[in-house]
Amino acid sequence: MRTLFLLLGCLGAFATPALANKVFVSNEKGNTVTVLDSDNWEVLTEFNAGNRPRGIGISPDGKHLYVCASDDDTIRVFDADSYEELWTLPSGPDPELFTLHPSGNPLYVANEDDNLVTVIDTEKRTVLAEVPVGVEPEGMAISPDARFVVNTSETTNMAHFIDTTDYEIKHNVLVDQRPRYAVYTDDGARLFVSAEIGGTVSEIDPNAEGGPTLINKFEFAVPGVEPEWLQPVGMKITADKRWLFVALGPANRVAVIDLSTDEVVDYILVGQRVWQLAFTPDQKYLITTNGNSNDVTIIDVAAQKALKSVQVGQQPWGVVVAPN
Amino acid sequence: MKPIAIICASLLLSFLVAMPLFALEIRTAVLRVDYPTRVPISRFDLMPDDMGFAGATLGNEDNQTTGSFLGIEFSTEFVATSPDKAGEALAALQADGIALIVVLASDDDLLALADAAGEGALILNAMARGTTLRDVQCRANILHIAPSQAMLADAVTQFAMWKKWPRWFLIEGSNAADLALGAEYRRAAQKFGAKLVEQRIFEDTGGSRRADTGHVLVQRQIPVFTQGARDHDLVIAADASDVFALYLPFHTWAPRPVMGSAGLRPVTFHATHESWGAMQFQTRFEKLANRYVREEDYQAWLALRVIGEAVIRTNSADPATLKDFALGDSFELAAFKGQAVTFRDWNGQLRQPILLTDSKVTVSVSPQEGYLHQRTALDTLGLDQPESACTAFTK
Repeated sequence: MRTLFLLLGCLGAFATPALANKVFVSNEKGNTVTVLDSDNWEVLTEFNAGNRPRGIGISPDGKHLYVCASDDDTIRVFDADSYEELWTLPSGPDPELFTLHPSGNPLYVANEDDNLVTVIDTEKRTVLAEVPVGVEPEGMAISPDARFVVNTSETTNMAHFIDTTDYEIKHNVLVDQRPRYAVYTDDGARLFVSAEIGGTVSEIDPNAEGGPTLINKFEFAVPGVEPEWLQPVGMKITADKRWLFVALGPANRVAVIDLSTDEVVDYILVGQRVWQLAFTPDQKYLITTNGNSNDVTIIDVAAQKALKSVQVGQQPWGVVVAPN
Repeated sequence: MKPIAIICASLLLSFLVAMPLFALEIRTAVLRVDYPTRVPISRFDLMPDDMGFAGATLGNEDNQTTGSFLGIEFSTEFVATSPDKAGEALAALQADGIALIVVLASDDDLLALADAAGEGALILNAMARGTTLRDVQCRANILHIAPSQAMLADAVTQFAMWKKWPRWFLIEGSNAADLALGAEYRRAAQKFGAKLVEQRIFEDTGGSRRADTGHVLVQRQIPVFTQGARDHDLVIAADASDVFALYLPFHTWAPRPVMGSAGLRPVTFHATHESWGAMQFQTRFEKLANRYVREEDYQAWLALRVIGEAVIRTNSADPATLKDFALGDSFELAAFKGQAVTFRDWNGQLRQPILLTDSKVTVSVSPQEGYLHQRTALDTLGLDQPESACTAFTK
């Protein structure tokens, strides 16, 4: 059903008006979540979300909003309609980023302070496993077949491949300094890891014979921007596996990589310190959080142009859009 | 050519990562020379017994976590010695087969130790700040993790100029180290266009640092000492000996901010620094050491991380290979300062942002906006290649 929607969305601008979806933005300094309407990009409301909300996600049925309240050492779960806090999940200390099993359960979260990935049953609200990983685990992704969870560790500079059946690390791949975020193409054939301080995006062949293998590195260059400020962080890939968008942090730009040619084709100017990205379900729009300008920028995905920026709370960090 | 080389190296590495077949053993040591010290002006500056060692312990643990995924074993030994026994301590470590040595010592002792260690060793300087060690006295077997006094003075000066506070009242201590620091601020002022409108020397008359209700006297002495100075924007304190600088803020005759050895201080790291993931470092360090981090700890941590990174990327234990990699274009290391730290390949100095702290928060970080350099803005801090007389690295 959802695939059908995606396909319809991809057919372009002639489709009937897109469904309005709620866009949830975590505001790291404001301790709130801002809710936007993807129809008109108006702010619907802003609600308290605990101390230092960062990583944010939503259950596949769109009912539960998960927010890493980093300074509360917990994941807060909100009703996505009423914004009421329902319960918390035992995330372990300082949760930052997480990924959900495609079914919505379990949830895999990186605990930066303890060099652990914690696996949480979202229904029973219990810890299923704690997996020791490298120093300062951060980025989290799950392969579309749910076979592996990929965690990146910022000081160890590795992507760890955690087997979801026994929670053992099966493979490690070294990448560049301070790997921040990992993302698969929807078919699970390609995997990308951003390195904030290294200034690169590494491509890993996750299905290579003999285990996942580093096969390419993307570098960035913007005239007039000092190279050390080109810091890749959040990433998203279109469902057609064609376009990879990379938030470049303090460079205030989102890089566009054409995955059919593996070329960086454009840099879209957005707000300051662009951090995380999210598509609307129809993938017509990409939303960027801009931490230092306290706004989000809406990008027209097909045109690869920034449409507008909308003020949200203080220091927006993460963003997720409710499914249809 | 270069991207291909990188990809090939990466392919090789990922192959090695996938199959940690053989163990590589990396043995390092931290050699700390302890000097007779006077009680500091501030209790917060009392030297802990594990100064530097605690940072190195964390650095080794961080390396070991990574090493455990790669079949590499990292270990570190800790030696504290008096100045007269430092040579023997170094010889003992070398006799034991350790060639990668982090040294916390004075400028003179560092130089003597590096010369005694010889070409086969790699010395990582985690403390000595003398600019001449990066200049005429540079040595090919030293990598300087600690910044030079020139880098620190430039960091303060850039901030002062960004604030448009170019008229300085420089107060130096009377000891040789204070005067050397004062000279760095004079040079920095000239480099960035500040003017020294007034210069005075604060005599170190000896005696104890503290006395009960000492502040009563300080409150009368400092205003008198700073009275009648020509109009200035800023007081710069050059007090390497910890004699008077901490008494200057709030007590100066004119209501002016103090920078340098007190007030706004240039540091490599501080326990209050939180940005760029530094909280994770602070948390790990405090859990391990049960105290706040000091610059010496951060620098010792960073020294071992440099070794760890070079070992992991080269899969080698050979000091020469590790040094070449560290000085090469593909070396970079994340150090909780917002950008990668790298080495100046002409004098072995680690390029790094310098934090400016009021001891409560990170006030700013240099290099400041607008200070540009053809290589990297970090090279606006300290000796640049054309200014450095170092030739040991160009052979």
